[in-house]
Formats: sequence, structure tokens, C-alpha cells
Amino acid sequence: MQTLDLESSRDTAFMDAVAEESGQDLKSCYQCGNCTAGCVYTHDYDLPVHQVMRLVQTGQKDQVLACRSIWLCATCQACTTRCPNNIEVATVMDVLRHMARRGGFAPEKLVKTFADGFLASVARHGRVFEAGLAMAFALRSGKPMQDAALGPAMLSRGKLSFAPHEPSSRAKTEVAGIFQRFHAGRPAAPQAATTDGGATEDKP
Amino acid sequence: MRIGVMVCHCGNNIAATVDVEAVAAAAREFPDVVFATDHMYACSDPGQKNIEQVIRDLKLDGVVVASCSPRMHEVTFRRAVERAGLNRYMFEMANIREHVAWVSLDRKRNTEKATDLVRMAVEKLRYDRPLTAKSFDVQKRVLIVGGGVAGIQAALDCADGGLDVVLVERRQSIGGVMSKLDKTFPTVDCSVCVLGPKMVDAGQNPRITLHALSEVEEVSGYVGNFEVKIRKKSPFVDWNKCTGCGACEEKCPSRKVPDPHNERISFTTAINIPFPQAIPKRASINPDHCLRFTKGKCGVCQKICPADAIDYDMQDEVVTEKVGAIIAATGIDLFDHTKCGEYGGGRYPDVITSLQYERMLSASGPTAGHIKRPSDGREPKTVAFISCVGSRDRSLGRPYCSGFCCMYTAKQAILTRDHIPDSRAYVFYMDIRANGKGYEEFVRRAQEEYGVEYVRGRVAQVIPVSGADGGQLLVRGADTLLGRQVELRADLVVLAVGVEAARGAPALAEKLRISYDAYGFFLESHPKLRPVETNTVGVFLAGACQGAKDIPASVAQASAAAGKVLALLSKDKLESDPQIALVQTIRCIGCGKCERTCPFGAIRMRELRDGSKRAEVVETVCQGCGICSVTCPVRAIQLQHFTDSQLLAEVNALCRTWVETTGS
Amino acid sequence: MSALGYYPGCSQSGTAAEYDISTRACCKALGVTLTDVPDWTCCGSTPAHTVDHHLAAALSARNLRQAEAAGLSRVATPCPSCLAALKTADHHLADAPFRAEVERLLGGPAPGPVKSVSTLQVLFEEIGPEAVKNAVKRPLVGLRVAPYYGCLLSRPPGLMAFDDPENPVSMDALLTACGAEVVDFAHKTECCGAAFGMPRLDVMTRLSARILQAALDAGADCIAVACPLCQMNLDLRQGQVDAVTGRASRMPVPYFTQLMALALGLPEAEICLDKLVLPLGPALATAAARAREAAAAKAAKEAAKNAAKAAAKAAAKPTAPAKAEKEASCA
Repeated sequence: MQTLDLESSRDTAFMDAVAEESGQDLKSCYQCGNCTAGCVYTHDYDLPVHQVMRLVQTGQKDQVLACRSIWLCATCQACTTRCPNNIEVATVMDVLRHMARRGGFAPEKLVKTFADGFLASVARHGRVFEAGLAMAFALRSGKPMQDAALGPAMLSRGKLSFAPHEPSSRAKTEVAGIFQRFHAGRPAAPQAATTDGGATEDKP
Repeated sequence: MRIGVMVCHCGNNIAATVDVEAVAAAAREFPDVVFATDHMYACSDPGQKNIEQVIRDLKLDGVVVASCSPRMHEVTFRRAVERAGLNRYMFEMANIREHVAWVSLDRKRNTEKATDLVRMAVEKLRYDRPLTAKSFDVQKRVLIVGGGVAGIQAALDCADGGLDVVLVERRQSIGGVMSKLDKTFPTVDCSVCVLGPKMVDAGQNPRITLHALSEVEEVSGYVGNFEVKIRKKSPFVDWNKCTGCGACEEKCPSRKVPDPHNERISFTTAINIPFPQAIPKRASINPDHCLRFTKGKCGVCQKICPADAIDYDMQDEVVTEKVGAIIAATGIDLFDHTKCGEYGGGRYPDVITSLQYERMLSASGPTAGHIKRPSDGREPKTVAFISCVGSRDRSLGRPYCSGFCCMYTAKQAILTRDHIPDSRAYVFYMDIRANGKGYEEFVRRAQEEYGVEYVRGRVAQVIPVSGADGGQLLVRGADTLLGRQVELRADLVVLAVGVEAARGAPALAEKLRISYDAYGFFLESHPKLRPVETNTVGVFLAGACQGAKDIPASVAQASAAAGKVLALLSKDKLESDPQIALVQTIRCIGCGKCERTCPFGAIRMRELRDGSKRAEVVETVCQGCGICSVTCPVRAIQLQHFTDSQLLAEVNALCRTWVETTGS
Repeated sequence: MSALGYYPGCSQSGTAAEYDISTRACCKALGVTLTDVPDWTCCGSTPAHTVDHHLAAALSARNLRQAEAAGLSRVATPCPSCLAALKTADHHLADAPFRAEVERLLGGPAPGPVKSVSTLQVLFEEIGPEAVKNAVKRPLVGLRVAPYYGCLLSRPPGLMAFDDPENPVSMDALLTACGAEVVDFAHKTECCGAAFGMPRLDVMTRLSARILQAALDAGADCIAVACPLCQMNLDLRQGQVDAVTGRASRMPVPYFTQLMALALGLPEAEICLDKLVLPLGPALATAAARAREAAAAKAAKEAAKNAAKAAAKAAAKPTAPAKAEKEASCA
């Protein structure tokens, strides 16, 4: 484990960006650990949430943006609710995930795939086409049979439609427009550097 | 008039951002100014000697010093001026430090403003008149509000010093929080054994008049001559007859009254003596729980009292005490842990507060010193202590550190291991604050000698779960040093609750006319240099009512307050401040508006021989606020040293410059 | 008060159909008129806000604009995630630079302030447990319910401004008003695994398993929920959870509005119990049996009490024939 030079390792631009985008001042975090204590996803994190905050406090950009924890945060708000210094911890985790995306990090590939698929469905249909999303994800996840048993259960109860429930075409156009302007207004993200052992890209 | 001006550099404090030489040079041109200079440190010994020298040599009539805030050194310079033979009120200060040098870095504008302030001060001085203080008699008696360890110590010290003491305590007995403790850190002394003798002394001392079950209702008057109305609440028992035998307690059928002395973890009777060492050791009836008062039944205590002391018709009594000084020693209350929903919000019986645990540890407590789970009475094997409940927490509006919880938690953990040798004690902490004598060593002892496990991390939640022998509490915490989420199945959870100002403290502060902060703690005059005085002359502070502190600090502060009181009342007479209102009787039309607006009741309407009324100021009561002079429609009442003419002269001086400079 | 808008959210037309149907039915029965937000679109839910806050706000803002245009100043939604999205958007739109970017994405003006509430809040605060109790026709006597609110409904308190973030009681009160027995449940706001069912099933099953276990430990017959995702994870995916824990939970997970609709005596088509994967029937039968037993026990106790009273009375007075005999012997 390498010694950390406190001055040279500190990426202040990164710290400022986190503060600005999240609206949270991490100087008021006194590392009490309350967030970690109540975070039910800690079991699956590589870094407990208080350590993610500590890494931001010390400006360790690369280590933070490469971690898995920020992709496995459900923003369930347990941490935000209990932080004694009124820090919106979940918001900071969200912002770090934004930065990770923009930086091309996606160690939890399937989480990204799911989110992308969800939004693609919305962009296309104006509302989420649940069956379409499920099928597309099943194909891309490399685990197509994981939820196979759920299909019949949903169908027999009329909970799954093979046609999307769409709004008016005008509404669809408006939603599609939001996504177009979103993608256009931002620089394209570099290709995702997958670092996990999960489902891989399409292989020949 | 011959005026001298001294402009102070105050080292770099003023000189860094104000051209003091230029200010002095400008001052030389002001009307009546015959001398103006600058000095490095006007308040220093050579500085003051310089002022005295110049007054004598140049036969000055008045002096202006442009330096810091009058709150810092007005008294200093007035004395210097007086030593040189002038009346001390022929002196004015221009604050060019807090109001100029420390406000802006713009040297040019600062110099201009400083010059303006000196000009205004000179104008005011030209209208100053010599004033003489009057002296008045003082009462050599002191009122102490609050009978906890601080109040008791202050009472004993004042009595030893020869003063009569009136000690007012709102509970049935004196002793305060310390009387509820089992042991004290870091010596693990028995608390009530140490406090008890002091309590007895306070109760028996011929100079101390104890009013228990009483509260201060009204305060009027001024330093040396306060008049205080005290409401002695009725205990429905004649304390002159009651011997404290306790027969009434044994027979009282109302046995489900949550016991305040035991922090409501046990019950007591409607008529009771609060605890064995209570002073006064007298019974009182709680009318909210007494069957006689609520349902008109019973009356057993009256029948069996051997001293015939019970009196259901007894009324509150209001007594008036005249005192020369007041010490506020009202202590603290604890943070209400039911606000913490994540720890059960008061719904889980085995999640208790530190003071409730203390009562359990105490041999004279509800469990005779045996640690028992409130839910099933079992002895706990694993006890978890959670620090900082209601302290260091912005989300609860309690950002401050309560100062002694780390210490009492270590103590309670040690006592737990003492009482139950095969138990395990865990302390969940953020930081350890152990800064007194022997304190750090004590905390180390807890960990090294007693094997108390300290886990660094706050607890997010406590959830009841089923366990092998009955329910347990799952404590969900974190060990930030390990970087892991941690869990503990505990049999008992003790919350280290923080302090708050005593309930009703702000209301008392209003009566005493002293300031208090956002949390209700009384404000001292100066955080560093005047910790036991308030901004109201004659009212002093002792103990935790001024801010969270432990027993040694409270006792020390109590003796300090007593020292101040003894010094104040060591003189037979006190001087009154002559900067008060004065009525020009010939201008007064007797409308009475000033009498009605005076917040201190310092104005009386006096009848002249022809039957007409004229206003008159009671010099010793007037605080010099000036509200009357603003109210008076004919400007008959004026504040000495701050007359309308003086204030207008200052305004004119300022505006004239502006007119001249801007040409408009 | 202006009309109350209704924003169903995407799942209400599919996997959470029974929530939408029973919510509408309860509101109608209790006198709450819902006006659907016209031509609503997806709010983006969790995926949107994990990608970009302006994007998420724009998707929500479009719907708030639709509501505003229809004269609706308040919108109720049954889905806590939609609620969080709408409230967050409304809150951030007050900030000028944020608003400017959202308007760029919208390609048009953003709406003015529009208030959002949960349908649970409407039922609890505007109708109230008393009124619900008075409208109940088939009280759910004997039914033990674990009230599971999910992680978002009352958190964070600054945003949601509803009920207690640690121990919410609104659903408890409504269920109690319906005659059910609400059990002590410490996991009311613990996260169920959210949207991780598809991408990380292992994470989701671990969290939902805790909730199911807690409900079983508390002796609940069913878990009442107020969130489509919670319901899916606990009900539809209960089999997947059981596969991991190796235990058959057999715990039905109805929406609280389904239980309310049942208690209000609404027609089956509006309760849609058949849409639940774990059937509620057995739990209702258990409840009914328990209610009958309790009633029988109570009656027996009353009868025993009366018998004892009568016996005591009889022992105190001498009987008429014995009296006559005595008089006869004295004569």
C-alpha cells in the first residue's frame, strides 16, 4: 500500500466539482460512520460509504471514481436521513456515479446496462415498456434465464403486456427531444472500460 | 475649552489599515483642540502616563482617545484622566479599531472615517459636563437560584464570608443532578457521600435561608438593592411540623407515580420524601397523583401522620427577599432521547439514558444497585453504550459537545464490569474528550484494566430482535478504524445523552435581565476574562447553567462567583453610574409618558406644592437606556452624557464634512 | 382547493396494475377525486437520477408542466420513486441556473411550483383514519399485518415532509382503522433492494430476505406495501428469495390499498387480489379463524363470569322450599 502524499495526491478540482454538483460541503463531515452503520448495501460495497466520503475529502479522485460502491448505492436515503451534519450523502454518491459515467468507469456493468436500457426504453416509448426492457436486458446480461420463471407469473396475471403503453405521439416526441438535447449538449463519454468479471460485451 | 486628542496605533491593529498620523494631524485643526498626537499603545503604562502628563502640562479640560472599543478601555482611560485631576466624564473615545480598522482594508476610506469619528467625539466632548457618581447603601445578602452542587458551594462560601444567603430550589430537595449520581469520575467516589455533608451544611447553616419547592417569580431593583418575590409552592405538608419520618409514604395508596428522582424508571407514592439524604427531609404531596386531590378520596396520610403535619388546604406562599446580589446556578437538564427514532424513540424498555442507568447502579436506587433489564428484570450480559446522543449533532439542533459524557460513559462501563464481572461492555464513540486531571488515565483504565471495548463509529439504529433468553437489541454501528459495518446483539443499551439548559432557564433570564444564548445557557460577560459575571451588574453565574461543565469546574466557578459577590458587597456603599436620565423640572409638563415607557420603573411622578406633577428619576434604578428622553414630547428629560444637543452636535459635525467634501 | 392531479407512473399500467386499480377505487369510495395528469410520460425514476440530475428533472418537469397546464397545482402519485423525482425537480427548479439547463433540455419553459404528495398522504391526512373506520364494511378482524413503507416514502424528511422517517405510522393507522392488527415491525423503512432485481439479483434477494424474515418473526400474516418495486421484490421475486434462503416464506404482499378496498367492501374487480403472486386467501382464512376463536373465547369468558355471578347469588339467598320447610317446622 503506497504512502499518500497529502498535497500532491489531492485533486482539488475534483473536490470542488463534487461540492458544486451535489451542493454538499464535505468539510462538515466528521467521519462519524453513521452512514456506513445504517447502509444496508455495505455488504456488497468495495468501499463503505464513509470511506467514499473520506476519499472525496482527501481529493482521491481516481480511487473514488473507479469503485463499485457508487454503482451499488440505491439512494435509499438512510444515510442522508441520519447524518448528524445534515449532509445529503446519497446525493454525493449519485453525483460520483455521474462523474464515473462521464469518466468512462463502469465496474458494475450490468447496473449500467440496466439504467441505460431503462432510459432507452423511455426515450423510445415515452414510458417504460417493461416487457421490452426485461427482454432486452435478459439478452444483454448474459444471464437470460435469471428471471425466466417470472414471465409466466406476470403474464397469467395480466401484469405484462407485449405492447408498450404509450402516451400521445406528441408526448413521445417531447420525451425523445429531451434525450436528444441531453446527449447533444454533453461531450460523448469515452468507451466504458469494464473492470469487472460480469457479463461481457458481445463476443464474436 | 482646551481639548487633547490621542490617536492610538494599537500596534498593527489600527495602524495597518488607518493612517493614524494623518488622523492626528487633522484633529489638530478641529475647534478647541490644542494638542493632538499619535501613540503606539495608548492603554499601556507609558501611554496613560503620557495622557496624564499632557493634561497637566497643557492644562487641558478634556481628552479624546481614538483607539479600541469603549468596552475594552473606557474605564482605563477615565481613571487616567481622573488621576490627572479632571472629572472622569470629561473624556470621549472614538472607536477606530472595531468600527474602522477591523472592518475594512481600504486605508484611504478608513482614514477618512477615523477622522470623522474623532471629529464627532471632539464635538461631543465640547458639550460634556463634569458628572459625579452618587453612592447608595447595599444589602449584605445574596440570592442564589438553584440548589445543585454549584448553588450549594456558592451558598456555603458566601455564608462563610459573612453574608446572609437566600437559597431557592425548585425541587423538593437540594442536590441537583449530582444527588442522582451513583459514583463520580475519575475517582469513583460515591457521589451523594461527597455531596451529602455539603447539603446538610447548607441546610443547617444559620446564615442560609433555604426555600425548597420554590421559584423566583419577580425581580426588581438594582445591584445592592434587589427585591425578589419568591413563590414557595405548597407541599400540602407543614414543614415546620413534619419530621421526615416517612410514615405517610408507607401508607399512601397511590403508588404509580413515575419517580422523577429515579428518572422515571420506577414508581413512587403521591406523598413522598424524594430520597433518603434529601435536604430538607420533608414530605410533599404531588396533587396530580394524590387521590384526595384528584378524586376527593383517601386522606390516609393526614390520619396517620404522628406530627399532624398534613394540610390539604395549604396555599402557595409568596415571600419577598431583599438582596444585594444574585447568583444564577440553575444547572442543566438532559437531552430528550425520545427524539431519536432510530434508537426506538422511547418505545424500547431496554434502551435507557445514562442517568436512568446511574439510578440503577446506585445502591439507594430502584434496583438497590443491581443492574436489571427493565423489560424482564434479567441481568444483562452485554451492555452497549452509545455516545453523543443529542450532542455534536446539527441535525438535532445540538452542535455543541456536552463535555462530560465521554467520562461518565467510561465510569459507567467500569461500574458495569464491576457489578457483573462476566459482562461485556462496548462503547460506541466518535472521539474521546478527557481533558481534566486524571481523566485520560481513567479512560485508558476502562480499556486496559477493565477490558471495555471501544468501537469508533456512530450507531445508526437499534432494533429489537429475538434472542436466546428473551429479546435483545441489535445495535447497528460502524468501526471506522477498521472500515467495516459492525453489529452487536446487546441485552441493554445505554444512551449517553447530552445536556441542555435547565427547563425554564430563558424565562428566568428574562426576570434577571441577563442574556442567554440560542440553547438557553446564560451568557457570561466575557468568554475569556469574565466567566462568572453577566452584563447585568450584580447578577453572577455559577455552574452548568453557563455552559456544560463537570463537577470540579462547577464547584470552582461557584466559589469564583461567591468571591465576586463577597468583593461587591464588601463595601458598605456602592457608586451609581451618573450617566443616567435627569429631568429639567422647569420644562416638564407632567404628561407622565416617560414614567409609562421606562422599562425599569425608574421614574416617579412627584407632586409639587401647587398640585401639579413633575417627573423625577430614581437615580439608583435608572439604567441609562435613554428611552425616556426619546419619549418626552418637550425634551425635558435628558440622558446625562448623551444629551440631544450632544448627539445633534455629532451629527452636524459629520454632515458638515460631507457637505464640504461633496459640495452638495 | 384546486383539483388533485394523479400521476400513476409507468408500473401502474403493468406490473403494479393492482396498486393503480385499488388506489383509484379507494379514493373514489372515500370521496377523493383524482384527475389524471394528461398525456403523462415517464419521470425517469432511479435510472435517470443516477445518470444526470438535469435530465431527471427535465423528465419530471415535463409532467409537472402537463399538470400545471391542466390547472392542477397538486399531484398525487402512488409510487414513492416518482414522488421523489417530482418533488426533487420542483425543488431544484427554483434555482435559476438549474432551471435554465432544464429548459434547454425541455426545449421550452419549465413549470412553476407544483406540489406533489403520495396517495398514502392524501388518504391519511385528508381523509383520515376516523373517516376510513366509519366507511369500513368488512373489518379485517384477526388479520396480522406488517406495515412496510419502503425506503423513500418518508425519507429524506427534508424532501418528503411526511410522517416519521424512522417509525412512520400513517399506514399503521389506516390499517388499524380497517380493523387489522398491525404488528411491531422494526424494518418499516429498510430498503428492499430497489431496482437491483435485474442487474444484481444477489443484492436484492439478500435485502428482501431480511424483510420477509422480520415479518415472519413478528408473526405477520401478510406484509402491506406502498411501493411497486417493493411489492415486486417481495411478491413476484419471493420465489427467488426463497431459493437463496432455502425457506418457503409463503408471505402474501398486498398493497395497503388492496387491504383497504377489501375492508371497504369494494367489488373484487377493484381489489384485484388475483394479481398477487402469493395469494392472500390463506391469510384471510387464518384471520377469520383467529377472529372466530377470539370471539368464542370471549363469549365463553362472559358466560363463565355470568355463571359465577349467578352461583354466588344463589348461595347467598336460601331457596323457597327450604324456607317453607323451616317455617313449617317452627309452626
